[in-house]
Amino acid sequence: MIDVSKIREDFPILKRRINGKQLAYLDNAATSQKPKQVIEAISNFYKTSNANVHRGIHTLSVEATELMENARRKVADFVGVKDSAEIIFVRNATEAVNLVAYSWGRNNIGRGDEIVLTVAEHHSNFVVWQQLALENGAVLKIVPLRQAQGLRPIHENGEVDLVAFKNALTKKTKLVAFFHVSNVLGIINNANRLSSIVHREAPKAKILIDGAQAVPHMPVDIDSIGCDFYVFTGHKMLGPTGIGVLWAKRELLEEMPPFLFGGEMISKVVLEKSSWNELPWKFEAGTPDIAGAIGLGAAVDYLSKIGMENVRKHEIKLTEHAIKKLSEIPDVTIYGPLDAKVRGGVVAFNVGPAHAHDVASILDSEGVAIRSGHHCAQPLMEFLQIESAARASFYIYNTEEEVDRLVEGIGKVKKVFKI
Amino acid sequence: MDLYREEILEHWRNPQNFGEMKKPDVVVEQVNPLCGDRVIFFFKIKKGKIEDVKFTGSGCAISVASSSILSEAIKGKSVKAIERITGQDVLVLIGGDIAPARLKCVFLPLEAVRKLTGR
Repeated sequence: MIDVSKIREDFPILKRRINGKQLAYLDNAATSQKPKQVIEAISNFYKTSNANVHRGIHTLSVEATELMENARRKVADFVGVKDSAEIIFVRNATEAVNLVAYSWGRNNIGRGDEIVLTVAEHHSNFVVWQQLALENGAVLKIVPLRQAQGLRPIHENGEVDLVAFKNALTKKTKLVAFFHVSNVLGIINNANRLSSIVHREAPKAKILIDGAQAVPHMPVDIDSIGCDFYVFTGHKMLGPTGIGVLWAKRELLEEMPPFLFGGEMISKVVLEKSSWNELPWKFEAGTPDIAGAIGLGAAVDYLSKIGMENVRKHEIKLTEHAIKKLSEIPDVTIYGPLDAKVRGGVVAFNVGPAHAHDVASILDSEGVAIRSGHHCAQPLMEFLQIESAARASFYIYNTEEEVDRLVEGIGKVKKVFKI
Repeated sequence: MDLYREEILEHWRNPQNFGEMKKPDVVVEQVNPLCGDRVIFFFKIKKGKIEDVKFTGSGCAISVASSSILSEAIKGKSVKAIERITGQDVLVLIGGDIAPARLKCVFLPLEAVRKLTGR
């Protein structure tokens, strides 16, 4: 197991007091906090090695290039990718999905073609495809979640409805896009299983997986999943904001046209035409976020040292504790499956008739930071027949005591609103 | 906590002028895309005066209370008078200590009502 008190010492922000109370940061699905190892890696780069990459002959430029490419190698190893040229640095997961939609989607998805999504996608993996469908006359097919068995209510829906998923796949399916871990319900999709269903039912379809909530929290081995595109972001996994990753199979990246044009991505330019640089730089036009990539490399080092199996175990423990405590409070509704072993460390809930914003405001006055609202998943909110939800999400530095403070805060919500 | 004074909670529990209106003269709607809160105001207007006002929608206690208080304040007033209502006026009506993150909730109904005058 992991030594949480030792880990907490690495995160300077956790010492902050909010409204006179010790901060309990339970909004990790939105963004994680950063350990001093990451902060120092970024500031050390600016202090000692800063220069532009892949351009200069001088020592600093060579150093900066090496640091950035080392970071790419580390990230590739971390997510089980052998060919590090398949790791494209982008700003965030949203940009990664957009890159695929603009470069691959607009050249391969046309009128009458079908795009299959689930109802629980984050807007970044929903609106991008919805807009492409509107533009190119493609058809969007939305797979619901499985209705819970027996008398269990709709909000305990457990997983993507596999029958509906299979039925949605046809000869016309060009793309299937789904989340790895839901940012609201915490559901963990069996990515390998869903991918093999796609291979069987629609062998020509490409598969894109949104791993924004998976890579930070559990071991992910992209090469073994059987998908074509996989996206994730640095800032949710202890890294800085502004750096994310698109992974795609080499043969796809080679046939895809560049997304952005300019410097860095060029091989040769003459007046009439240009040819493109090799992978991955073909997709990294302009000066990249060098410090961001180096920061992400440091974050990967930090997580690797702890071990992702241990991260997952710690989050299961916290989630079990949270679900147990929250279930004991009358009038609290928890969304998603109640078994912590099948879900990520994300617990969405509502407190009686109180609006999630009011819950979050009162918790904030107690120093407890949670998210509230629709979580960029309005189709899912509609499916669950709710306007909004409060959400607590955990990471390696969180403790059971912090979960208890969440529970105490909910007690205060009930008191204020006389629930 | 000062934000949730009893008066605000009372408006949340029993919002004034809440519900739909049959055959309104004007309907205005405002949505906060960040949180999904939504408010719809219905008006009956005669000779430039707001004869009746009702509202529906979904939102937090702060936006519901703000809608309720604002609806009381504008009922019977002239449409012109609405143009003169400022955000500060609404804050005074609401009272209490509104955290910056919640100002959007307070102002949502005012933004809706302002559509009445096209301002």
